[in-house]
Amino acid sequence: MKTKLAYLLLLALLLVAPFLVYPVFLMKLLCFALFASAFNLILGYGGLLSFGHAAFFGGAGYFTGHALKVWGLPTELGILAGALGAALMGLAIGQLAIRRHGIYFAMITLAMAQMAYFLFVTSSFTGGENGLQGIPRGTALGLFDLQNNLTLYYFVLAICALGIGLIARTVRSPFGQVLAAIRDNENRARSLGYDIERYKLLAFVLSAGLAGLAGATKTVVFQLASLTDVHWHMSGEVVLMTLLGGLGTLAGPAVGAGVIVTLQNYLASGPLSAWVPVVLGVIFVICVLAFRRGIVGELRALIRNSF
Amino acid sequence: MKLFNTLAASASALALLASGASAEISGGSVKIGLLTDMSGTYSDLAGPGTIAAAEMAIEEFGGKVAGAPVELVSADHQNKADIAANTAREWGDTGQVDAFAELVTTSVAMAVFEVAKQQNKIALVSGAATSALTNDACIPTGLHWTYNTRAQAVGTGASIVAEGGDSWYFLTADYAFGEALQKDVSKVVEAAGGTVVGAAKHPFPASDFSSFMLQAQASGAKVIGLANAGNDTINAIKAAKEFGIVDAGQKIAGLLVFLSDIHALGLETAQGMQMTVSFYWDRTDATREWSKRFYDRTGKMPTGVQAGTYSSVLHYLKAIEATGSDDTDTVLAKMRELPVNDIFAENGVLRSDGRMVHDMYLAEVKSPADSSQPWDYLKIVRTIPGEEAFGPLSESTCPTK
Repeated sequence: MKTKLAYLLLLALLLVAPFLVYPVFLMKLLCFALFASAFNLILGYGGLLSFGHAAFFGGAGYFTGHALKVWGLPTELGILAGALGAALMGLAIGQLAIRRHGIYFAMITLAMAQMAYFLFVTSSFTGGENGLQGIPRGTALGLFDLQNNLTLYYFVLAICALGIGLIARTVRSPFGQVLAAIRDNENRARSLGYDIERYKLLAFVLSAGLAGLAGATKTVVFQLASLTDVHWHMSGEVVLMTLLGGLGTLAGPAVGAGVIVTLQNYLASGPLSAWVPVVLGVIFVICVLAFRRGIVGELRALIRNSF
Repeated sequence: MKLFNTLAASASALALLASGASAEISGGSVKIGLLTDMSGTYSDLAGPGTIAAAEMAIEEFGGKVAGAPVELVSADHQNKADIAANTAREWGDTGQVDAFAELVTTSVAMAVFEVAKQQNKIALVSGAATSALTNDACIPTGLHWTYNTRAQAVGTGASIVAEGGDSWYFLTADYAFGEALQKDVSKVVEAAGGTVVGAAKHPFPASDFSSFMLQAQASGAKVIGLANAGNDTINAIKAAKEFGIVDAGQKIAGLLVFLSDIHALGLETAQGMQMTVSFYWDRTDATREWSKRFYDRTGKMPTGVQAGTYSSVLHYLKAIEATGSDDTDTVLAKMRELPVNDIFAENGVLRSDGRMVHDMYLAEVKSPADSSQPWDYLKIVRTIPGEEAFGPLSESTCPTK
């Protein structure tokens, strides 16, 4: 009952938010919330630290951009194409990476993402350093003109809610439970008869596809796809968002993404503009030293201890 | 929502009437949003200097135009197109910015063009160089002020071929601007009877040019054309000096070299190099006087991009002063009608494809012995008439010209 009320409140807040805050900023926030949540699916619930998620996020942006601009697909199909492309990349990279654990897994994903970055820089369909620009926003279901920021906001909200809903459903499903079992003790899960490689691969592909969904949506919002999103900085940023918000909590990554994106946005035009990375770095250090469970994790612990 | 908007609009119109300010100026003030590279590879040739230049233009009007105050907002786009587009969109949507200025880096200019087109706002491009901005990528409200890759190509390319440098190898920055520059220079070189033997693309920005320089050396071309800008050009010229390329008989042609680059390289390294410039501080009394004032503010002499930013903002404000309105179409028409006359351009003409046509100058870097005072770096060899530098309007492939 209580949680239902909380969800309703959140929904109401999200519905009125674009009248209070600049909608394009909110859409950016939503896209990063979905991206961080997708990343949390394999780090928080699968225990796999990927350093290559930017490849899926940015790669999907390029696929969607190409599909919308060159092929002229409808917006929904374009976004779907981006997410599918990212999932396929996830399948290829995941096949190789899940054979190893810990730091080796992280290094393989980083290496593969760097290779993807190189491909995107050199291939002509991405526009190289220049990126893809002037990507049409199109219409939603052929009815609603997405050129209007407010209409687009509700479209993006629906996509991100679906994406995060899917993650929540996955985590609570038997599949999610097996994933958690693998994270906690791989050998025991194997001895119970689970084919852990397949579980890990499926989780990796799902995470890549959802990260791609976020990247594809961001491309539609900003009407451009650029190298910023496939650069390894982006892979690091999503780790930061997830850890800051709270690893392995459903709301954590979204909160972390919100904090980071808001800070970047408002610090960039103030007197601290040249110091944004330093500020974020200091916050990260404080987070790791003082509240390791992240914002949401600590809040939850606080509530649990007080009542 | 519509009703609310109408109410809000009539309320603000009433408020304006009551305060006696010009009702033609939207939001009660003229707001210019300047996007530039404040900390990256182009911060020396554009960056803080362009903000100072825009401020000087605004101060010339006493901070007020057509009875309304002029505001300048600026942001660092970090050479990233998505940051630039995001900032420009927000400025236009919620910040009541009337025009975007400067926009160094081709990808940034193109991204902001997209926003300016949608919002019907004027984009005053100074720093970005690609000729595409007034050709295939042109928009009705996009004005390209300072130079373009074609003008650079004509100035430097043709004169080097005429001196016997007829085989070229390019080191090209791997993005739209580098490719555009290489394409334009290749055309000029081939038209003048030279040949292009090859090209190597380097990432942008790059710090180590040794492998690219060795490729260029091995090509055996007489001239190595640097189709890049900013720190990339500086690093390439330094690498060329380290490998003794010039001493071995190959020539370096900097296709987009700025005064700030010569300052960084020093005359010892840069002497004898020919370059095409849109502005040189030590050319006339007027340019000297303005540049001295610029120097007092920033501690540096202005580059063409910085002087061009001053000129574009000044001309924009002149048009608003003349029409008493900041409506995009009205101002644009006036800007086209008025000739551009200031320290940057003499009788400059703003064409319908967005190109501001003005004279360019072929300059040669002085030797240390010839330089008599600080910042005395260049000798103007030839004035390139605007029509020759930028080509006739009929050559432009802009669909809305």
